Amino acid sequence: MRKDQVPQDSCLLAGQREICYAIDEAGHYVLTPTAGWEPKNIANLQAWEVIRDQLQETLAAIRAGRASALAFHMARNQMDVPLLAAYVDLPRWRVRRHLRPDIFARLKPALLERYAAVLEISVAELCTVPERIELPVPVEEK
Amino acid sequence: MKIDFAHHQSAHCESGVTSNLLRHRGLEISEALAFGLGSGLFFGYVPFVKLNHLPLITYRNAPGGIFRKVTRRLGVKIARQKFRQPQAARAAVDRLLDAGVPVGAQTGAYWLPYFPPALRFHFNMHNLVVVGREGDDYLISDPIFPEVLSCPAPDFEKARFARGTMAPKGKIYYVRDAPAQVDLAAAAKSAIRDVCRTMLKTPVPYAGIRGMRLLARHLEAWPEKLGARAAGIHLGHMIRMQEEIGTGGGGFRFIYAAFLQELGERLRRPELLPLSAAMTASGDRWREFAVVGARLCKGRGREGESYAALADLLRDSAVREGALFRELLGAARTL
Repeated sequence: MRKDQVPQDSCLLAGQREICYAIDEAGHYVLTPTAGWEPKNIANLQAWEVIRDQLQETLAAIRAGRASALAFHMARNQMDVPLLAAYVDLPRWRVRRHLRPDIFARLKPALLERYAAVLEISVAELCTVPERIELPVPVEEK
Repeated sequence: MKIDFAHHQSAHCESGVTSNLLRHRGLEISEALAFGLGSGLFFGYVPFVKLNHLPLITYRNAPGGIFRKVTRRLGVKIARQKFRQPQAARAAVDRLLDAGVPVGAQTGAYWLPYFPPALRFHFNMHNLVVVGREGDDYLISDPIFPEVLSCPAPDFEKARFARGTMAPKGKIYYVRDAPAQVDLAAAAKSAIRDVCRTMLKTPVPYAGIRGMRLLARHLEAWPEKLGARAAGIHLGHMIRMQEEIGTGGGGFRFIYAAFLQELGERLRRPELLPLSAAMTASGDRWREFAVVGARLCKGRGREGESYAALADLLRDSAVREGALFRELLGAARTL
């Protein structure tokens, strides 16, 4: 890659620059800042679209009474049951049970607080789901 | 308090941390040299190891390997430690900082507040250097970022004890003793042979050139086997692994080319320069692969662009890189 070809397709880095390696006119390697690159942005946005789809499915399940609010906050933090279970130090089967709305509704405050602390939200937020999904990237809702 | 530590922004976290830590001890080792001497270059495709339901595809060696190998080859004495208790992990860092030692640490990326939100994924192989403490904040030289940053202690602790695949477990590492003179040629010889051997002579079909061929074969079958959408997600995943923050572009090929160039100049071995140029060309081919791949992901493939064409591009890369690494192996023999 030549230095004058280093892409500057800003999209995801929030104004940050990262470094890439490119050659100057004399064929010498120099460190060159880049604001991003289109193919990489596409691949990253695609990863976020997968997260968005998952969140929308989860929201639908919650509204249909098939899942608890915890399922949303787990997906919002890009976690699955094994990962969330590791963070709250619970066996997986218990976390899986807490994804059921009837069981989640009966959880003790101490356990709710443990979840809230791990996910860095308040207990009140943990027990509700937002109207709209907000993601830190420009992907449209379906 | 803040240690007088020269922060250099780099492309890749582990080689950047290694380079910054060694420079702090007076060894002039650039990021590219650290990457090369640590045998950072690799290719691996392990279809049955899944991350987020996607196969493991990697362009670099195992985490921690760069720091371990560079320091071993240069005769630098290091110390490494993992922790069970966050309190003990924090106390160890504080003790080292008080003694004026910059501390390398492996962390998760998800909980670091200074990361751009769009790049906060559960990725546990991030590396950074702790260079000071101000009240309840740690001062962090994160090689991906242009400046030294400050990070609140609770967030930092969460990042050090991130859970999941390859959990860092509070891992720290630092330089204990560095020699005044190093034998660059001997270190480079062993490092280059190491890379060439893993790329060419791997006994399993998942690594090196054989891994590239296996991936080409599987990639061709993705649209039929997985359906258009999942195939696109797999391809996007591969592009991210190749171009995501830290590779310096082209799946680390450009950093490695920079290493060969710097080595050729410092050791006065002009025969390494054409090999560096060939490695640059190889990186350019990987970039081309990413351009076409991204178009296919979006369903915007042009005339003649298909998964089969991508697989051919990959096989072509495998042939050329095979020849390149064989030549490099020969050149390393005389170093």
